[in-house]
Order: sequence, then structure tokens, then C-alpha cells
Amino acid sequence: MQRGTARDLFELLSSMRFAISLLTALGIASIIGTVVQQNEPFNAYLNQFGPFWFPVFETLGLYSVYSAPWFLVILAFLVLSTSLCIVRQTAPMLREMRSFRERAREVSLRQFAHRSEFSCSLHADDALARIEDYARANGFAARTDRRPDAVLVAARQGSLSRSGYFLAHGAIVLICVGGLLDGDLPLRAQLAFGAKSSTSAGQLIADIPESSRLPESNWSFRGNVFVPEGRSNRYAVLRLDDGILLQTLPFSIALEKFHIEHYDNGSPSRFASDLTITDVETGQSFSHTLEVNRPLFHHGIAIYQSGFEDGGSSLRLRAHSLLPGHPARQQDIAGAIGDVLPLSDKGYAHTLELTEFRAFTVEDVVPDPDQEARQGSVLTQVQRQLGSGAGAPADKAMRNLGPSFVFRLRDEAGQAREFHNYMMPVERDGAWVVLSGVRDSAAEEFAYLRLPLDEDGRLETWFSLHGLVFDPARHEQIASRFAERSLPGADEATRTRLTATARHVLDLFAERGYETVARFIETTVPSDERERALDLFLKILNGLVWEAWAIQHEQSGREAPILDEARARYLSNATTALSDSLLYGAPLYLQLLDFTQRQATVLQVTRSPGKAVVYAGFLLLILGIFAMLYIRERRLFVLLKNNGDVLVALSSNRRTVDVDEHFGRHVDALRLILDPAFAPDTPAMPR
Amino acid sequence: MNELAHRPGSMPGFRSAALDWLYLAALLSGAALALVRYGSHMDGYDTAILIIHVPLLTAVGWHWKPFRGFAATVALLALAAIALYQGDLARADQTFALKYLISSQTAIMWMSALVFIATGAYWLGLIAGADFAERTGSALTWVAVAMGTTGLLVRWYESYLLGPEIGYIPISNLYEVFVLFCLITMLLYLYYETRYGTRRMGAFVMVIVSAAVGFLLWYAFSRGAHEIQPLIPALQSYWMKVHVPANFVGYGAFALAAMIGIARLLAGRGILAARLPAERILEDVMYRAIAIGFAFFTIATVLGALWAAEAWGTYWQWDPKETWALIVWLNYAAWLHMRLTGGLRGAMLAWWAVIGLAVTTFAFVGVNMFLTGLHSYGSL
Ligand code: HEM
Repeated sequence: MQRGTARDLFELLSSMRFAISLLTALGIASIIGTVVQQNEPFNAYLNQFGPFWFPVFETLGLYSVYSAPWFLVILAFLVLSTSLCIVRQTAPMLREMRSFRERAREVSLRQFAHRSEFSCSLHADDALARIEDYARANGFAARTDRRPDAVLVAARQGSLSRSGYFLAHGAIVLICVGGLLDGDLPLRAQLAFGAKSSTSAGQLIADIPESSRLPESNWSFRGNVFVPEGRSNRYAVLRLDDGILLQTLPFSIALEKFHIEHYDNGSPSRFASDLTITDVETGQSFSHTLEVNRPLFHHGIAIYQSGFEDGGSSLRLRAHSLLPGHPARQQDIAGAIGDVLPLSDKGYAHTLELTEFRAFTVEDVVPDPDQEARQGSVLTQVQRQLGSGAGAPADKAMRNLGPSFVFRLRDEAGQAREFHNYMMPVERDGAWVVLSGVRDSAAEEFAYLRLPLDEDGRLETWFSLHGLVFDPARHEQIASRFAERSLPGADEATRTRLTATARHVLDLFAERGYETVARFIETTVPSDERERALDLFLKILNGLVWEAWAIQHEQSGREAPILDEARARYLSNATTALSDSLLYGAPLYLQLLDFTQRQATVLQVTRSPGKAVVYAGFLLLILGIFAMLYIRERRLFVLLKNNGDVLVALSSNRRTVDVDEHFGRHVDALRLILDPAFAPDTPAMPR
Repeated sequence: MNELAHRPGSMPGFRSAALDWLYLAALLSGAALALVRYGSHMDGYDTAILIIHVPLLTAVGWHWKPFRGFAATVALLALAAIALYQGDLARADQTFALKYLISSQTAIMWMSALVFIATGAYWLGLIAGADFAERTGSALTWVAVAMGTTGLLVRWYESYLLGPEIGYIPISNLYEVFVLFCLITMLLYLYYETRYGTRRMGAFVMVIVSAAVGFLLWYAFSRGAHEIQPLIPALQSYWMKVHVPANFVGYGAFALAAMIGIARLLAGRGILAARLPAERILEDVMYRAIAIGFAFFTIATVLGALWAAEAWGTYWQWDPKETWALIVWLNYAAWLHMRLTGGLRGAMLAWWAVIGLAVTTFAFVGVNMFLTGLHSYGSL
């Protein structure tokens, strides 16, 4: 009974049905892993799946499917099943490979799908010799069995095909085992059985506890080393689930300089790190320039160029308050990328998180090809397709918008918005503006605030205007000056009315900019007069901002400005920016004054003991598969009976159509050499 | 006596044998010329790849005779284009032969047009029972492959004209590999056409090629994808140059098998059965296609792993594209096992091959569209 169960289990595990089920299960499991993005921070999953499903999926191991226990169990079963399959097939396969089946009886030969009979006019010995020659000449190994009434030549070729089976299936076992050695199983085992545990990311190296540090002797790991320019590092960070571990390396890696080179069109052509690597034990060091696709091997550890980041570039910033009040408040700040700085003033207490700096902000200003392509007749469209694959040079205008930086502002409630501010102005519709992008979350696109540059090429005028226009205490003054200027000779009552109207416009505008102005008109003005009312309101608004500008000039002791085309453009841009600034969502604007860039390289370091095993598996797999698929095992039997009858039969382990062709060829050829009277009239098979 | 081992009809004629040697001589002298003239610009890999191509192309040409003429035509057209360019890209718009015939994009447009016409011809032949139409389809397919191959070769040259540091082998973005897919699928099909002596499967196979060309045209016309863009650093790898073609032998063969599967399913229901090859022939073509596809897909996946090991530091990291390649591979491994040891035959196997194409298509384009990962070069 015991025996029978073990036998049954063996049969099941080594069966083809079981193997196919495993392959299917493996396929489905893999699909899950591609649909759920793997190894993201747990917060991202929490956002994505919500508080109910998040823990369910976590328990199922969906955030790292490929190292989940159930996945490894499937793999283990595949290894087991394939191994048992090999075990089970070994004896019969070897027998097949060795045997000629020269004992085959006539009745069984007559069962073959490919068989043919004819008679031979030669002497038996001569015929036998010819058959044996024929077999040998055609790449068969043959054995002859003499019987009382006949002689059988049993020939076979391509038995190497069977060894393909061992190679390919053995290779699968090798690859799985090697892969397990290089996966995170060894690390998880250390966590489970050793005294190690992962810790949270974002700590200083010095703060990481001993229990989360792995020794130099660790024989299988894969992690990232982050090295800023001018610094060195000998610790790799290994990520596991939502935590990290620190791997100590036997050498330290110092980065002198990180290079990025670009093609003319702005896309990167080369990433390289100038490294100096120093052995901790001996103190010996050497320099090496590491590039993408050209790893370095040192002390059994492979070092790859995997990415780059900001290594703590230092920035000099000026915070311009966007709170009402005049003169506008300013505050200078120094910080480095990665810093989290308190940022407070009257009316707010925020934290500033400097996240990213780019010395070049290359943007694609190609006209939308979709639109361009839709223009023109079919003929011109086809015309455009003719010629070389190189686009017209003008099509590829990538523009460098200069230095820019990204930061988050977090308010007291912990809410953060993200900003992308540019240092240099860009030209938009004939005027120079400085861009600042803002968005609520990484999932959104940036919306841009465009701050206009004044005649001195500075932002200060706009901030003064901002301070004046949005300061309720100033509204009366601006409004009455506006009324005075607009109606110089008018009577008191008319002027008061205009002042009140202007004041009202200013109050509306100060609320939410154009939005409140438009809403007011919509709710109070009949629809057929709205356009005129809007026009009037905007004129008043323009006049008010102009007045604020005049006030600003007076206060700084300059002559009153005279309206011209450039100033009109500035006025309109400034007003739009004023309106947009109310939706900016930050009490300040951060201007980038100066920077010192420091880049950092991100290297991947691995020690993979299974690599050689896996590569050997790859080689055997390919050899095995080709052998199985392209070496055809064929057995040719020629039974020469004493009465001169000949029975030819052919078997093959792959039932393909070309077996017919081969068989036909062999029969024709054998008939030709055994029966000189025979002449085939048609070729056996059309080409 | 040994000669008798040959089937009388297959005895190589003198003319054919002479052509074989001529073909080899041409390949040898081409490779030698390249080595002598440009050897100093080539590194070890370049030289090795160049040399390996001689026995490789010889084997293909000797085994499949029409390939010799094809190779010669393509070589001549590509050389003509290079000669006409005189090292100046602007001549693409000035020289008539370049502008309307053999500059890369024009040649690919010719391929596209010919593919559609050939598909129509094959269908006409199949439905109306007109052998002549089928012969036309076959001839047009040959011309289409020749134009497409010329297009890619010339594109290769053009990329270097853009700038020596920009030049790359044009199998590096989604547009280029779609062209490659069309070429390989058509070549495989043409091979089976000669091998099985029937043109009746062309109607089906060319449908998938037409679909690919349709995509290609959309991609070029509305996205401008045909423009040569320099390679990002991760793609500047030797492994890529072998990985991608091997992959596309796989994709092409699987696509072909699926289309034959459809023909087999129709024939099984009596539709077009009188005109289509016998069911067992269709099944045989399907098996051969999947076998060759599987073998090359294995190589491709292994090469991909070797490349990943250099570019990303691990030979396998379950990136979605990698994982889907594995799924495709497992699917066809299961297919082969079911056929061989499960004894599965007929309609079931054909259905499976058709479904296999859906899986393959997802791995080919779906992953780029719907999933994010490291294989970012092909995003739509
Ligand atoms: C990922 C896993 C596997 C792959 C890639 C694979 C691959 C192959 C290939 C390509 C063939 C040749 C098919 C043909 O000639 O049409 C084959 C045959 C075979 N496989 Fe697998 N195999 C795998 C797993 C297994 C497992 C788990 C078993 C055990 C149940 C198995 C048993 C066999 C057997 C018995 C043959 C027939 C060999 C012969 O008769 O020559 N295979 N395999």
C-alpha cells in the first residue's frame, strides 16, 4: 500500500499532465506579477488599492510575486517534476538510444505506417551487402539479424536527438536552481534564520542598526551604491519588501565626476562615472571609468552603471512672499537637494523639501506630429514619407530651458504640493516670462505660473504689483486714483461712482482673479450684455493695475511710466499672472538665484553565485532544444526474405510530413539497387 | 552506387551547383572586401559577426536556392543606394532613384504597398481558384521582401550619414522591428512555399503581414515614428544586435503558425477545403513554424538575459517584457509537449496556435502599451 502510494505520487509528479499544469500555473502567476507593479513603496499600493485590499494583497504576496512563497513552491515543483521526469525517462531513453530493435518480427514491421514491399532479383548475400552499404552511406548505423527464413537489417540514425532531451530538461533544473541562488531567497533565509531584519529607508548610514547590516562575506546579494561627486561609499543598499538592508563591500567606491553626454537633439548619448576603487583591507586603489553596458568585476562583485541622481547640489534661493502687503517681503535661503527646511513667515509655517535639480532642462518643443501629419492631402502626406529615414533638421528642436529645480511645500496639516521652478526666463508671445509649474500630486501634469520680467529684467515689479493689488488696505487709494485719471474733468458724484465700481472690480479680482470677475458678470448681467460688461471690467482692471504700477514707480522715486506697446504687453501678462497666482497654492514663490551642481552616480553591485550555473544551463538548453527539434531519429528496417521478397519499414519519433518523403526516397533507392529492372517514373515527392 | 542514394529529381544540376559556388564566392569576396577596406574601424565583435555571416548565408542559400537571387538583388540595390547617396543625405530628395525607389523610407513604402497587393492577389487566387493570381502574389511578396530588406539596409547607412556617432543597426525601435517582423514572416512563409510546393497558404499568412504593415503606416504617418533617432546608452549593446533578430524569427514564426492554424480550422469546417492544402500538411507547417519559432525564441530570451546582465546587472529581474517573453515561451513549450507526448492533434492544436498569437502579440506590443518597465524604447 505504502509502496503503491509512493509509486502513484512518482507517476503523478513526473507525468506530462502535471508538468503542463505547472507551466500554466507559472504562466498565470507571472502575468499577475506584470499587472501589479512590483516592489514599489507600500504607500503607493495603499493609495492604489485602498485600505481594504492593501493588506489582502500584501498577505498574498502580490507586491513581490516572484519571491512569494507560493510562487517559489510552483518553481520548486517544476524542478521536482522535471527531475523526476528525467529520472523516469532515463532508462527507457538509454535503451532506445542503444537498441537497434534488430529482433523486430515481421508482424510488427507490418504494423508500421510507413512500409513497402517489393521483390529482389539479386542473390541474397549480394543484396544484403548492398543494403548494408546503402544504410551506412546514408548515415545510418546498422545491425543485421539472421533468421531461418530471412535476414533483417535494422538501421537507425539521429539517436542523439534523445540526448537533447537530457540536455534541455537538465538545463531547466540548472537554471531554476541557479536562479534561486541569485534571487532574494538567500537574503530571506538570513532574515528568517539569522538575527537580521530590514529597516526603514531614508535613514543615515550611521543610524542603521547592526541587525540590518550584512557582512562582507555575504555570498549572494544585489544592491545599489549611491556615490555623490567628491565622496565615497562602501555600502550597498538592498531593498526587501518595504525595507532596506545595508551590505558592506570589501572596497570603497569614490566618484570623481559623473558624465552625461548628449546628442545634438538633446537625448543622452553616454552616461559614465569616473571611479576610484579602494580595497579596504590592502588600501590599494585603481581608477576606472564605468559605462552603461560595460560592467566592472572586482573581488567577485560585478559593478554596473545603473543610474544617476542629484548628489546634493546646493542652491541659493529667494523666497518672494505672495501674501498681501507692501513692500513685498523677501527672504534668502540656502539649501541642498535632499534637505528638508523649515520655512515660515508671518501667516504660514511650511516645510520646504528640495527634491531635484537639473542643470539642463531639455524639453521637446517639436510641433505635435499628430497635428502636423493630419494636415495636407493624402498625396502630400505620402510625399512626406518618401526619402531617407532622417527627419528634417528643423523637426528636432529640443530646447534647453536651463537650470530648474523641483521642490515640495508641505503645510502644517501635512499636505504637500509639488513645484518645478525654472531659473531662466523663456520667451512666450514676444515677452519674457519665468515659469513655475505646480501640481497637487505626481499623477498630474504641471500647471504653469508665468511671471513677467520687468524692464530691468527682474521679477521685483511684479511682486510689488502683487503686494499692492492684493492688499485690501490699498484698494481705495488705487480705485480713486484710477477714477481721477480716467475722468479728469468730471464732477465729484461721477467720480465717486467710478471709484466704487473700480473698487468693486478690485475686490472681486482679489478673491480668485478672473474667475470671480467672470462669475459676478454671469450672475448679475443679462446674457446679451455680458460681453460688453466683461470688456468694460477688464479695461477697468487693466487701468487699476496700471495705477498700481504708477504708485510703485512713485514710491521708488521714479518718473511715472508712459504707456507703450511693450508696457501694455507687460501689463496684460502681469494681470494674468496676478490672477493665476491666486490659484498657485503657495504663500511664496521660490526664485533660483544661483547653484553649485553636484551629481551622484547610482551603481548596482551584485554577487551572483548562481550565474555560472544559469549560463551553463542556457547553453545546454539551446543545444538540447535544437537537438530535440532538429535531429530526427529514424529507424529503417529492411527485411530480406529467403524467397526474395523485401519489406521496407521506417519509423520516426516525430511524425512530420517529411517522413513520407524520406521513406519514399529510401524505398525508391533501395528498389533501384536491389531490383535493377526497376525504374522510378516520377520523383518520390515534388520539391 | 552512392550517387543512387539521391532521389533522381534532386540531383543538383550543373547550373545550380555553379550558382552555389558563385554565391559563396560573392559572399566571401564581399566579406573580404569589407574586412580589407573597413577592418580598421571594426572591433572584435564586428569582425566575428561579419565572418559568421558567410557560412550562415551560405547555408541558407544552398539549402534554399531562391534565397541566393534574393540576397544578390538586395545587395545590389543597397550598394546602388549607397553609391547614389555619395555620402550626402540631402541627395535623398534630389536624386530620382533615391527619392522614388530605394532611399530607406521610400523602399519601405514600396514594401508596404506590395504587401497589400500581394495579399489581394493571394486571396484572388484562393477564392477564384486562379493559379496565375497566386503566382503573382508570390512574385510580389518576393519583391516586397527585397524592397523592405533594402530599406532597412539603406536606413542603416543613412543613420551613419546623420553622424558617425549616431549610426546604429536599424532594429532598435518599434518602427524598425515592425519592418523586421514583416520581412521575417514573409521570408519564412516563402520558404515553406517552396518547401511544400504550394502557394495556397499565402492568403492567410499575408493577412498578418498586412496587419503589421497597417500598423507600420499608422505609426509612421501619424506619429512620425520613421525618423531615425539616436540610441540611448542602454541600447548600445552587442547583445541587442543578435537578441532582436532572434526574437523576431520567433514572433514571425508564431504569427505564421497562427495564420496556418486559422486556415486549418477553416479547412476543418469545409471552408475553402477544396483549395487549401490537406489538413495534415497545414498541421505540419504549423508544427515546423512553432518548432523553429520556439528554438529561436529560446535563443532570443537567453541573449536577452545576457544583455540584461550587462545593462541592468541581473540576467533576470522579472521586468514585464521579460516576464511576458517567458509566458510566450512556456505557452509554446506546453504546445510542443501536448503535441508530442500528449498526442494532441487537429483543431485543438490549431486553436491553441491561434490563441498563442494573442499571447505573443501582447508580449510584442501590448506590454509596451499597457505595462511599464525597463524596456522603455518601444513605448507608443
Ligand atoms: C519549462 C519546461 C520545459 C521545456 C521548455 C521543455 C522543452 C521541451 C521540448 C522543446 C521538447 C521537444 C518537443 C518536440 O520535439 O516537439 C520536449 C520534449 C519532452 N519533454 Fe519537455 N520541457 C519542459 C518541461 C518538461 C517537464 C516538466 C517534463 C516532465 C513531465 C517534460 C517531458 C518531456 C518529454 C517526455 C519529452 C519528449 C522527449 C522525446 O520523446 O524526445 N518536459 N521538452
